[in-house]
Amino acid sequence: MNDDLILLGHGSGGKLSHQLLDELIIPNLSGVPVAGQNDAALLNIGGVKLAFTTDSYVVDPIFFPGGNIGDLAVNGTVNDLAMMGARPLCLSVGFILEEGFLKSELARIVTSMREAADAAGVAIVTGDTKVVPRGKGDRIFINTSGIGALEHNLAINGAAACVGDKVIVNGCIGDHGIAVLSAREGLEIDSGIKSDSAPLNGLVAELLPLGEALHVLRDPTRGGVATTLKEIALQSGVTVKLSEESLPINPGVKGVCSILGLDPLYVANEGKLLALVAPERAEEALAIMRRHPLGKDAAVIGEVTEASAGRVVMETTVGGVRGVEMLAGEQLPRIC
Amino acid sequence: MKRVRVKITGIVQGVGFRPFVYRVAHSLGLTGWVRNDPSGVIVEAQGDDGFLERLAITLQHEAPPLAVIGALTQEFLPLLEGESDFRILASAHGAATAEIAPDTDICEDCLAELFDPANRRFRYPFITCTNCGPRYSIITGLPYDRLLTTMAPFALCPDCRTEYEDPRDRRFHAQPLACPACGPSLGLFDAKGRPVPGDPLEAAIGLLREGRIVAVKGVGGYHLAVAACSSEAVQELRRRKRRQSKPFAVMFRDVAAAGEAAKVDALEERLLTGPERPIVLLAKRESAIALEVAPDSNYLGVMLPSSPLHHLLLNDFGAPLVMTSGNRSSEPVAFADDQAFVNLADIADYFLTNDRPIRTRVDDSVIMVFHGNPLFLRRSRGYAPRAVQLAEPQPSILAVGAELKGACCLTRGSQAFLSQHIGDLQNIETLQSLADTVDHLKQLLEVAPVAVAHDLHPDYLSTRFAQEQPDVMLVAVQHHHAHMAACMAENRLTDKVIGVVFDGTGYGVDGTIWGGEFLVGDYADFRRMGSFRQVLLPGGDAAVNEPYRMAVSWLYDTLGADAFSLPADRFPFLHTPELPLLRQMIERRINAPRTSSCGRLFDAVSALIGVRSTVSYEGQAAIELEAIAEGAAHDRGYPWQIAKIDGRLEIDWRPLFAALLDDIAAGVSPREMAASFHGTVAAASVEMCRCLRQETGVEDVVLSGGVFQNRLLTENLCLLLKENGFKVFSHRLVPPNDGGLALGQAVIAGRNATFPQSLR
Ligand SMILES: [Fe+3]
Ligand SMILES: [Mg+2]
Ligand SMILES: [Zn+2]
Ligand SMILES: [Zn+2]
Repeated sequence: MNDDLILLGHGSGGKLSHQLLDELIIPNLSGVPVAGQNDAALLNIGGVKLAFTTDSYVVDPIFFPGGNIGDLAVNGTVNDLAMMGARPLCLSVGFILEEGFLKSELARIVTSMREAADAAGVAIVTGDTKVVPRGKGDRIFINTSGIGALEHNLAINGAAACVGDKVIVNGCIGDHGIAVLSAREGLEIDSGIKSDSAPLNGLVAELLPLGEALHVLRDPTRGGVATTLKEIALQSGVTVKLSEESLPINPGVKGVCSILGLDPLYVANEGKLLALVAPERAEEALAIMRRHPLGKDAAVIGEVTEASAGRVVMETTVGGVRGVEMLAGEQLPRIC
Repeated sequence: MKRVRVKITGIVQGVGFRPFVYRVAHSLGLTGWVRNDPSGVIVEAQGDDGFLERLAITLQHEAPPLAVIGALTQEFLPLLEGESDFRILASAHGAATAEIAPDTDICEDCLAELFDPANRRFRYPFITCTNCGPRYSIITGLPYDRLLTTMAPFALCPDCRTEYEDPRDRRFHAQPLACPACGPSLGLFDAKGRPVPGDPLEAAIGLLREGRIVAVKGVGGYHLAVAACSSEAVQELRRRKRRQSKPFAVMFRDVAAAGEAAKVDALEERLLTGPERPIVLLAKRESAIALEVAPDSNYLGVMLPSSPLHHLLLNDFGAPLVMTSGNRSSEPVAFADDQAFVNLADIADYFLTNDRPIRTRVDDSVIMVFHGNPLFLRRSRGYAPRAVQLAEPQPSILAVGAELKGACCLTRGSQAFLSQHIGDLQNIETLQSLADTVDHLKQLLEVAPVAVAHDLHPDYLSTRFAQEQPDVMLVAVQHHHAHMAACMAENRLTDKVIGVVFDGTGYGVDGTIWGGEFLVGDYADFRRMGSFRQVLLPGGDAAVNEPYRMAVSWLYDTLGADAFSLPADRFPFLHTPELPLLRQMIERRINAPRTSSCGRLFDAVSALIGVRSTVSYEGQAAIELEAIAEGAAHDRGYPWQIAKIDGRLEIDWRPLFAALLDDIAAGVSPREMAASFHGTVAAASVEMCRCLRQETGVEDVVLSGGVFQNRLLTENLCLLLKENGFKVFSHRLVPPNDGGLALGQAVIAGRNATFPQSLR
């Protein structure tokens, strides 16, 4: 294979994506140390602390059960700000439209962006629209950037996990990835699986009073819970131990995953967060989440067990502990 | 009196040949020595004429089962005055090359003492001498000395010290030497770790008679023991171990007892009774052994006692015992006592243990015989870490193997030390034991590898492990090239070969999943000149647990959408609730990578003709397909096609599937179809080899990959290849499955890595 080619796997959020960032993009672009990678950048502008982030949305299909590319573009960027503990303030939006795209569809998308922004309490303040010739794009791509205010002195980030921390997720995992896949492929499943796309800043605001006990917040999007936890483990230099039994997974998602041969741990989410919380406040954090509409199925799924070079392991339901690694790209067969 | 020098060439190193010569010379009362030499083994022996003649005959006819004797030459020498014993000398080649002996069962002298009431070690479960007993499993460092074994804490009593220091004694410098006064002792505990009163062995026997499950600490780890003739006990063990139907191994007190439950031929007997004490897969007989031990299998995994404790246990119990590995499914075998009590707490009722720690976990080896040759399914206790002698010296390489049947290999000079079976690296403890084994072997062999060879698969945990090794060059090796090279290496081939590599799946250089491959090349390079036609592998590894998925995939490839309207009565697997989704996966290629896998072809046929559509252990569908085919006529000769696609020859099995559908409709028995299928795969493969020979002129064929654990296919294929004038080489020293992969990786990296001169 030609080493010079960008592969789909470079966009999977897994190991190849990290390699591309660490070896090509970051060294040539900014020099931000690898350990400093978080969902958003923290800025101090004239004494005002801000969080700043950007994300592009290329989801196919653009409409899927539970949402569309528009609300996803708002929620995704809102969530990246929220994961730094910032209060999202305003967004920019850039559209890249393919010649021939329907205005009626664009209207639907813009409307749901508006609704999502209202729900998250952010303003869309600036934007840009470009049209590319037919075939040079896929109907619609959206970029959103966002600014949030950091109104506390907490250092919530991926490198802050401590031994003893509990890992809490605010609900069932894998819904978004399976909903999008089913819609894209027209899968005949009537399990009612819907994307979990949602703004998490409200939930984060409820968690912030936990103060110093709140160590890490991350949204397990591309690459799923497995990839996000591995990133946290590497950044913090710790081992995270999951319990397979305690993972909240919708039965529909579980069933579809087992037929498709996909591991829900690697499937994307768009309305989920992982919170790593000091053990003495973990019960409280769980209770806060369960009181919130976006955290009804919250669960403690694991804990940080020891300092290490950055490992994630999982106690399986059949007994034994297995390693959880970031995948290079797609899930590939390994049994010989 | 005469003195003779015997030179033996062939595969006589790394197969236990020198200890064998020692035993023979000892029993014939000869003096002299034996040592390795670059061309093989040299023996000098002195004794009465008649005995010398018997030496030559014995060397040829009773050689260790893994040895292949090339030539044996004799020359007479002048008598040597004053020689009083027979010794194993250090190798003549290379520098000081310390060797690590594998663990063996006790020798006949020790066995006689064990059951001699007058002996001070009567019934002592840790009896041993310089000629026998634990080695690799207890060695903590080299040189081989008691203080560098787990026997270090046991101080010798005066009687033992006398033996240890007497050069004329069989126990002169026997490092694990012990007796009841000074050595380790047995203990029996309940599942909560509370000691059980009374004699531990006697009490354990009583519990086994009651049908209880007893965890027994052996040489390289724990076994779970139950009475093999008790259906209830075996069923209970299956329930607690959550092991539905994968066969259990059974330990018999001796060959005679084993012969009542299975057929034992001469070679099988030599394997069973040899000092290595592997599990040997034998053809089952109707016997008192509970059916639940090996359901749906024509074979029984049989072993004889592998330590003095096992001899006592089998002697006192008086009947065979299931002795299965002491682990929960997916975990490695327990070998540390505290870990055993935790991991096996839900399975074992009692623990028969002892206070001699095990340094290195070494599982039972598993071997089978066909065509008069031994074949490893798992190479571990008794054999590891013996070296495979390579054709040429090479830079020192560490190879980390595959993933599911993990084993690593470290080379030093022209020796390749393949580790014990390590197991499924997905399990974290197993992955740690890979790291530990690598460190331990590096330390014992005193080598620092200049490169680490790993599989091309980006997500194998062994690949990740290699990438984490500091300051060392990495060499990525394609999976099937490594299989081919492993078989070349143990047969010491260096010229181009045709590699017929059939296995489950392996990552190909084109990013697709390979598994039915015809490679032409050598260690340095290969060309994939032929393969099976690729089909979709719906769900990736999920297809391994559900072989019917592959039947659906092949039917779809053969018939298109018509496959889905085949009748439910004959093809129930096409009418399950999952099928609509599976169909979409195939039609829309959702998580359905393309594969040329041979293992999955066997799965497909097994499911299609109704043998097995879902499995409870890896390889079950193919194993049962072979089982029903055995002994059946296979003259139906199904059709196939070979076509050139993108410059590569492809065997297209669609005609085979069409013919199978006709046979199913005509009511042909699965037995007949299964047998004919095996014959067909062999026939098509031979035709492919003929095409490749025509194109390349190469006529040496190596057979490797896990599919060659299938005797029926291998037998058919070997026969046909030989009939067609090919020279055929298969595995004998290492497993054809991924357990032997590291050997191939190591040799490929040894030839391909270019090293700064100073590192050589
Ligand atoms: Fe393989
Ligand atoms: Mg982002
Ligand atoms: Zn002995
Ligand atoms: Zn003693």
